[in-house]
Amino acid sequence: MIRFILIQNRAGKTRLAKWYMQFDDDEKQKLIEEVHAVVTVRDAKHTNFVEFRSFKIIYRRYAGLYFCICVDVTDNNLAYLEAIHNFVEVLNEYFHNVCELDLVFNFYKVYTVVDEMFLAGEIRETSQTKVLKQLLMLQSLD
Amino acid sequence: MPAVSKGDGMRGLAVFISDIRNCKSKEAEIKRINKELANIRSKFKGDKALDGYSKKKYVCKLLFIFLLGHDIDFGHMEAVNLLSSNKYTEKQIGYLFISVLVNSNSDLIRLINNAIKNDLSSRNPTFMNLSLHCIANVGSREMAEAFAAEIPHILVAGDTMDSVKQSAALCLLRLYRTSPDLVPVGEWTSRVVHLLNDQHLGVVTAATSLITTLAQKNPDEFKTSVSLAVARLSRIVTSASTDLQDYTYYFVPAPWLSVKLLRLLQCYPPPEDAAIRGRLTECLETILNKAQEPPKSKKIQHSNSKNAVLFEAISLIIHHDSEPTLLVRACNQLGQFLQHRETNLRYLALESMCTLASSEFSHEAVKTHIETVINALKTERDVSVRQRAVDLLYAMCDRSNAQQIVAEMLNYLETADYSIREEIVLKVAILAEKYAVDYTWYVDTILNLIRIAGDYVSEEVWYRVIQIVINRDDVQGYAAKTVFEALQAPACHENLLKVGGYILGEFGNLIAGDPRSSPLIQFNLLHSKFHLCSVPTRALLLSTYIKFINLFPEIKTTIQDVLRSDSQMKNADVELQQRAVEYLRLSCIASTDILATVLEEMPPFPERESSILAKLKKKKGPGKLPDIEDSRKEKHANINGGTEPVNTTTNIKAAPPPSSDLLSLGSPATQNSAPPPATAGSLLVDVFSENNSTPTPGAQLGPVADENFSRFVCKNNGVLFENQLLQIGLKSEFRQNLGRMYVFYGNKTSTQFLNFSTSVYGAPPINLNVHTKPADPTVEGGAQLQQILNIECVSDFMEAPVLNIQFRYGGTLQSIAVKLPVTLNKFFQPTEMTSQEFFQRWKQLSTPEQEVQKIFKAKHSMDTEVTKAKIIGFGVALLDQVDPNPSNYVGAGVIHTKTTQVGCLLRLEPNTQAQMYRLTLRTSRDTVSQRLCELLSDQF
Repeated sequence: MIRFILIQNRAGKTRLAKWYMQFDDDEKQKLIEEVHAVVTVRDAKHTNFVEFRSFKIIYRRYAGLYFCICVDVTDNNLAYLEAIHNFVEVLNEYFHNVCELDLVFNFYKVYTVVDEMFLAGEIRETSQTKVLKQLLMLQSLD
Repeated sequence: MPAVSKGDGMRGLAVFISDIRNCKSKEAEIKRINKELANIRSKFKGDKALDGYSKKKYVCKLLFIFLLGHDIDFGHMEAVNLLSSNKYTEKQIGYLFISVLVNSNSDLIRLINNAIKNDLSSRNPTFMNLSLHCIANVGSREMAEAFAAEIPHILVAGDTMDSVKQSAALCLLRLYRTSPDLVPVGEWTSRVVHLLNDQHLGVVTAATSLITTLAQKNPDEFKTSVSLAVARLSRIVTSASTDLQDYTYYFVPAPWLSVKLLRLLQCYPPPEDAAIRGRLTECLETILNKAQEPPKSKKIQHSNSKNAVLFEAISLIIHHDSEPTLLVRACNQLGQFLQHRETNLRYLALESMCTLASSEFSHEAVKTHIETVINALKTERDVSVRQRAVDLLYAMCDRSNAQQIVAEMLNYLETADYSIREEIVLKVAILAEKYAVDYTWYVDTILNLIRIAGDYVSEEVWYRVIQIVINRDDVQGYAAKTVFEALQAPACHENLLKVGGYILGEFGNLIAGDPRSSPLIQFNLLHSKFHLCSVPTRALLLSTYIKFINLFPEIKTTIQDVLRSDSQMKNADVELQQRAVEYLRLSCIASTDILATVLEEMPPFPERESSILAKLKKKKGPGKLPDIEDSRKEKHANINGGTEPVNTTTNIKAAPPPSSDLLSLGSPATQNSAPPPATAGSLLVDVFSENNSTPTPGAQLGPVADENFSRFVCKNNGVLFENQLLQIGLKSEFRQNLGRMYVFYGNKTSTQFLNFSTSVYGAPPINLNVHTKPADPTVEGGAQLQQILNIECVSDFMEAPVLNIQFRYGGTLQSIAVKLPVTLNKFFQPTEMTSQEFFQRWKQLSTPEQEVQKIFKAKHSMDTEVTKAKIIGFGVALLDQVDPNPSNYVGAGVIHTKTTQVGCLLRLEPNTQAQMYRLTLRTSRDTVSQRLCELLSDQF
């Protein structure tokens, strides 16, 4: 299962933090810093996977943003790697060429996108068409 | 079409975020935030009622401030108000605030649950989803209590919308994970399984996760899911890439769902029904075939999602481990990936092949890739890929390729990353031992290890080489010669000196005939390095010297001179000084016969599982290390023979040797320093011996600390254990037959504890159940870690469970075992009764087995109040005016276990003059009377 999802920029600023297990605030902050430290030192020749405590991080970089998913060591690496990309394509469509600022100003909407695609640490919906249709419907509500 | 433009919705929020972004300094940001907080506070407190929009905007601002890392101590009420709004946008912000800032404020939880309840029953799918997402995100016990019964109904109801079903399935999964006891498997389960047939693939995707988790815990109830999952999978993999429309991702049909279905199937053995089994084999073959087809797209997304399914299919093939053709095909496919230009694929292929190596069907096929893997070790840029290559070499090693693999690993060790050196050292040591046909090769390999990576050679490794040399007389002469030669190097690692000192002290005589290694030359060689060594090594060398006196009487006076020198006799280190004094004295007064007996060659060690293997297993964690021998079912005659799962990695520091110490050097320093040959005899035996008569899996061999145990019989809180590194505190509460114990592990050092793990063993689970979640693997310096143990008393029990704690501190593994103060009396409920009732029952329990009496001397002052407190703390009601003699104490209570209840009456009669007590206990069960008497009599 997914333990947490993080979107961070290169400077280490968090653009999204979604937790699927209980951590206290100090622990969350520590995890955020650790993830940033292990992910940013890696280059394109490295894998998209890093062992992390007793879990592993699957991550992918898009421009200046790192999308990181922390999962159990037995989970399927490539499935989560593509889940990241699927998520990014939805964000891109929803925000029309998404950029970092969209995530800052619309942080509360990003959570809605996440909840449509991932819930309780599991993949909830994978169809981009279905997710976007639902998001547009919600967008039209007052 | 863009769905949102920047900052639409709440202008005030966008302005505020812009302001924050424009702040030049942290101080400016804090100032701006404080201004905003003051503004919001005044709005919330103002007389004018805020409209929904403003409330939403301010709550959203508060959320933003919280996410920036600032504390928020108000606004919760306003957020809860938003939940009951009729507008989606307001509700959404309310729920988001609640999900992010979970607050266990009990008043609010009630209000929140009320709002959720309303939304759940609203029949408005948007609102239902918002509330389900909130439950899934928070997942608290209170929410589970309130909604766990209702959600299954929503999930299986015929008229529930598809998107609500998806949310309900995963919401239920979350509640099942956090509070499984509140989600009873019921009549809804069979209907949940049928969701695998649902038309909506999104519903199937969500439901498969739920079913997989439930099936892991209740395999029998969910057996029917196998045939449904196979049917579904078959329809997906045989579909044309356009059939699934929305669910086709870069020409791959439903990749995530396929992966989930393949994982569900890994909860079960291969299907017994031939038709289902055939269909599944077809699916797996189709997936393997597709890997060979030309790609439908050059995009990485296409190959990644296709390979995600492929790797999961291979996992299932390995899990079943029953179809040789599939296993070999899987191996060939992974072999292709080993040379792929994508680093990800090379990494995953190495990882997956590692498990394939342990199957007897594919072991040989895996071995054919040895050259590629060795090459990976030399050329991969990513250390994690090299690490996987080492793992795979270790897994594919057998007698036929051991020499090559060990040589390559040694080769790699010279340049290996520091982070993985210790592990490679352990692996080399294990392989060299396991596949040694020729023990000279083994000795050479270990000495090479010490030469190349001496710092990473742990005690276990060098103890082990000594153990093997002592047990095999065909290699002793060679070992003596080899260490002697290795010691010629101008600079050699201290570990080499330890091994060299020990071996020459035992077997130096075997090479003393050669004038180039005469006794005096051997002694001078060792002694030339003596002064550069640490205290433990010097202590070990002193023992070598006394052994030399026995082996080589001709250099006795030379050695005595050294022992007599001021630097030994007056050494500041008490251990060294004592050894020098005692060894010198021994060599002067003992006759040759006595000396020969005392300093005789070490007897062979009992044979058992290698302690290094245990160490490696611990390092990698269970499951991560493929068992290189057993699962392949080819038993080699290895030196150690035994494969019983005895954990021999006892920590010497925590385990003082028994007093069979040869020379009675019982000083504390002996326990702390590395063992010298003569005195360490007992220590080495201790390290490697199975001195626990009941081999509990995972149990440790060292002594179990129980100094503070009896203090907890009559109280529930306090410090249970403390040494220089760790303090363990306890807080516990018991009710009826259940208990909860909060264990606090305090790291007293300034350094991290790594690989921290705990386990509880001891009392048979039919008597006592102790459940706990795995502890966090790291404990920071100065930090405290809390763990909760849930305890259930099933029936009466004698032995208290033992808490086993392991962690790495600095370079060494620490292992501590403490007796947990879970005693039978904890499950007492006090019973008040009158004098008449008491004596009536007392008489009913009059058979000899039911009564236990003990007369004992008082250990503490016989203070009345203290005694009363202890009896009440023991758990019984203290009954006044029952006993005709007012100085006697009388108590009554009922022990609650899951299976039964045992009434108990007790009477304590002090005799202050004689400083004695008489304790009498009567219960309906003799074992209970016995145990309670033992526990209580120890308290006064």
